[in-house]
Amino acid sequence: MSKNNGFKPKIIGFLCNWCSYAGADLAGVSRIQYPPNIRIIRVMCSGRIDPAFILEAFKDGADGVLVAGCHLPSDCHYLTGNFKASRRVALLRKVLKEFGIEPERVRLEWVSASEGDRFAAIVRDMVEQIRKLGPSPLKNMEAKA
Amino acid sequence: MEKKKVGAVLVVGGGVAGVQASLDLADSGFKVYLIDQGPSIGGVMAQLDKTFPTNDCSMCILSPKLVATGRHPNISILTNAEITGLSGEAGNFEVKLRKRSRYIIEEKCNGCGLCAQKCPIEAVDMYNEGLAQRSAIYVDYPQAVPLKYKIDREKCIGCGTCYEICKAKAIEYEQKDSEVTLNVGSIILAPGFEAFDAKQKSEYGYGRYLNVVTSIEFERILSASGPYGGLVLRPSDGEIPKKIAFIQCVGSRDFQLGNPYCSAACCMYGMKEAVIAKEHTPSKLDATIFYMDLRAYGKEFDDYCNRAKEEWGIRFVRSRVAGVTEDTLTGNLHVHYVENETPKTEEYDMVILSIGMTPPKNIDKLAKILDIELNKYNFCETKHFSPLETSKQGIFVCGAFSAPKDIPESVAQASGAAAKAMSIIAPERGKLVTVKEYPPERDVSKEEPRIGVFVCHCGINIGGVVNVPEVVEYAKSLPNVAYAEANLYTCSQDTQKLIREKIEQHKLNRVVVASCTPRTHEPLFKETVQEAGLNPYLFEMTNIRDQCSWVHMHEPKEATEKAKDLVRSIVAKATLLKPLQKPVINVTQVGLIIGGGVSGMIAALELAKQGFEVHLVEREKELGGNLRKIHYLLENEDPQEKLNNLVRAVEGNKRIHVYLGAEVADVTGFVGNFKSKIALHDGEEKEVEHGIVIVATGATEYKPTEYLYGKNPKVITQHELEEKIANGRFKAKNVAMIQCVGARNEERPNCARICCGQAIKNALKIKEISPETEVYVLYKDLRAYGFKEDYYREAATKGVLFINYDDDRKPQVTSEPGKLKLLFWEPILKEEIELEPDFVVLSAATIPNPDNKRVAEMLKVPLTKDGFFLEAHMKLRPLDFATEGVFLCGMAHSPKYIDESISQACGAAARATTILSKSTLEMEGIVANVDEDLCSGCRICEYLCPYNAIEIKEKEGKPVAHVIEALCKGCGACGTACPTKAITMGHFTTEEILAQVKAALMEEATA
Repeated sequence: MSKNNGFKPKIIGFLCNWCSYAGADLAGVSRIQYPPNIRIIRVMCSGRIDPAFILEAFKDGADGVLVAGCHLPSDCHYLTGNFKASRRVALLRKVLKEFGIEPERVRLEWVSASEGDRFAAIVRDMVEQIRKLGPSPLKNMEAKA
Repeated sequence: MEKKKVGAVLVVGGGVAGVQASLDLADSGFKVYLIDQGPSIGGVMAQLDKTFPTNDCSMCILSPKLVATGRHPNISILTNAEITGLSGEAGNFEVKLRKRSRYIIEEKCNGCGLCAQKCPIEAVDMYNEGLAQRSAIYVDYPQAVPLKYKIDREKCIGCGTCYEICKAKAIEYEQKDSEVTLNVGSIILAPGFEAFDAKQKSEYGYGRYLNVVTSIEFERILSASGPYGGLVLRPSDGEIPKKIAFIQCVGSRDFQLGNPYCSAACCMYGMKEAVIAKEHTPSKLDATIFYMDLRAYGKEFDDYCNRAKEEWGIRFVRSRVAGVTEDTLTGNLHVHYVENETPKTEEYDMVILSIGMTPPKNIDKLAKILDIELNKYNFCETKHFSPLETSKQGIFVCGAFSAPKDIPESVAQASGAAAKAMSIIAPERGKLVTVKEYPPERDVSKEEPRIGVFVCHCGINIGGVVNVPEVVEYAKSLPNVAYAEANLYTCSQDTQKLIREKIEQHKLNRVVVASCTPRTHEPLFKETVQEAGLNPYLFEMTNIRDQCSWVHMHEPKEATEKAKDLVRSIVAKATLLKPLQKPVINVTQVGLIIGGGVSGMIAALELAKQGFEVHLVEREKELGGNLRKIHYLLENEDPQEKLNNLVRAVEGNKRIHVYLGAEVADVTGFVGNFKSKIALHDGEEKEVEHGIVIVATGATEYKPTEYLYGKNPKVITQHELEEKIANGRFKAKNVAMIQCVGARNEERPNCARICCGQAIKNALKIKEISPETEVYVLYKDLRAYGFKEDYYREAATKGVLFINYDDDRKPQVTSEPGKLKLLFWEPILKEEIELEPDFVVLSAATIPNPDNKRVAEMLKVPLTKDGFFLEAHMKLRPLDFATEGVFLCGMAHSPKYIDESISQACGAAARATTILSKSTLEMEGIVANVDEDLCSGCRICEYLCPYNAIEIKEKEGKPVAHVIEALCKGCGACGTACPTKAITMGHFTTEEILAQVKAALMEEATA
């Protein structure tokens, strides 16, 4: 039996209040179905996301982390928070490997309040991708330890 | 005897203009009745996909305003309503309304949408412009405000399904229309426009050919929430088009049709739709725009236009399309047009008609009831110097109803109309508004967390998928949860009472609701816990409907598990919640206005009318600015007479302190509490305290270096020509005008907006005083937008010759002794023409005030790359800066005509009044906090804060970051970047977020 059988990826989604959280709401209002693997955490702005939060999420057992904010360049409710998020996630990617985490497990996406469809598609795609990657290597390490 | 004045305003029309006017009025202490003919507010903007020139998502930026309007304690929204009668006078009107029935009891409907899910009837969805279906019981769109369903009685078969399923018992089939009488002091008309009926242009085949769609239909096609989920598909066969064409001026600039005016927004929205269509199409998409003049006259519109051409590869063809025919086999369309005198035909997969704006439907009926004048096209009649006033006192107008216009101009006008509507009832401010009183706050700091969890069934919206009782039982098992229960609708009025009772009974000190989205419902619950004596920030919410039951409808088990995870996660956060205090700051109810041109003077007068003291600082020795140079207008009004009246009014107003030959030298402080130094003309300095700043520094005429200006005295600018004409010193046999001098070039790519109008004005004046004088106007695009088109046509009829040139073939001016020569290419004759004009008149651009840079640095507000001031948001906050308490208007914002400056000036005054009308301001409690012991004074936070809300202060010999709570918006960017973790973000602390993450990922012991 393959070890990935019955693997249910756990994804943490950090969503900004103004665009992406609203986009996730619209997916619901439009009844667009996606797999139940994501746990959404609302923050006011994607610029609030500290790379450390993402690392903590992996430490706590996440298999993937989504950061979603307002579209570049100018949708951000706080003017430039999305740029800040974009820089921070880019930096984080560079060090993820050092922690033994595949960079593909972290996704940064821009989702507007009218993109319910897009939000659902991102979650579907991400679940699929992480299923292929298998459980987070950190989890395995813990299990071994 | 004069009747008593009433502190309430009626706003007619719930589009973006009506919404903005309502918010400004309600935030300034007036009761507002906002009425709309339809079942919800939002207007046309709610249908748009994106907005130019920033390509912002329309719904993202509009929806928060709609929610704020819906929730505002001083705004009553009356939908499905129309005016049937008016009596009384300015200051005290009685308005009669008919409110058509929804067949739904509005107070009971909580918008859960179950009825629409179960309704067996399909009807045409007009929100989607007929491209989709909806049920017979419906809301216009998912984010509708108010979120109340309506039964379409023409389609409803009365099957009783909705009646049976509605757990809130809101269905009332027998509901009758009702009559309502309102007593208001003033009225604002914002009924918007009606999109042109494209069937009238039968040569384009709309209504006959499926793949010919209107621009508004195309907006819905582009929208992610539209009929095709945001994919560009052809209506005939659902195929992805490869070639699309836009035909501009459909129903505009069309004399035969009776719509000779320009609709002002179509060039830009056509371009935007073409760009977005390309973005939304995975395969290659060719887009062509057929246009007459590309009227990209607004702020940074030409930048957009250039990007459309260069980056996105949109093709532009200058031609009026003659007709469209269909290939009946393929559904493809043949576009027939003439270019360079040659008839051409091109095949496209889809054709989009950029339809114009026409007056609102049945507007003559409303005009009659209100006794207001309409212009010859049935738009509202206004004057150039009073653009917001109708012909009847006490009734004001804004938005597209007074002339076709785009969103930011409508929004600026809406604020302006709000200022006008307030000023006639200023003494009644605050008399009809409700101020909510709360019980004293319970001190919970010594208590262990005791959390109450309320899980909503939302009818069967949640309960039908998620096992709610199981979630409640699970919640009870979580640490710190003292109480948990399920509700049919947690948002209903009786549940609010119940929550308050449970808080008391179980000594709860934190409350969690698991239901729908905090974006719409959090404020309601916060209010409820506050009514029970808890700090409102001791509340949290998790979304188990929109983000759980609705998206996992076929996986009840997994959805229930997810709901439990979400509850566990939010309970973990709630355990750590701390009460936050909303900072209260005092407001110095005085204004400071920089610049004493027409904008500054109007803003000063408007603020004075609201009852506030104003300091008006002008650098020159007299008031008036650019208006001093304007001697006549296209419109029949005398600008110098108006100027004199204005100056007299300002100088005679006791509340306005005018400083001439003076300069604002320094500004410190923040919203409500500014302190400024004014350098007076005599070298003295005066310090003033004020609550707001309005920037009205104007702009100036470009001094050309082109076309021998300054070298040959016969080469003059439009202002200089105007001066000559006004002084009676103009005499010439022929005059040639050259447009776009110093604008739309490499150095300044954007249009200076007013030069086309100036040229037409001066050309017409020449024809008036000297009909035999030949006048040539050499132009790139003749941008006579809106009703200015009438004057363009008039000038052409009177023999003014308009000749198009492009950058490859610019006119050439040379001089020989005693002679001035002009050489230009005539595109119709296809030959070079040489003239010896008596004058070459340069339409010199309007460029930013050179002082802008200094003022911007002083106020810490941004400039555009062109050097004009940059507002907080190009679409919806045209008069605000991101820095609270600082506003802008007039040509400081970008070049504009006098009427537009006046609208903006009134608007800036209204925006300022939302602050000045209060003696204290209560700010949002979610702000950053600095632990001064941890702060290293590195200044990263100061640099990152987009609102200048952080300043570095010296404390005990070391630099320490200090948060100006009044300016902080709570985004958290500073806290995230702080290397010493000295900054905590209220309500979104690192500990709270991490607890939430940890709990969400916890493996369940029972699983």
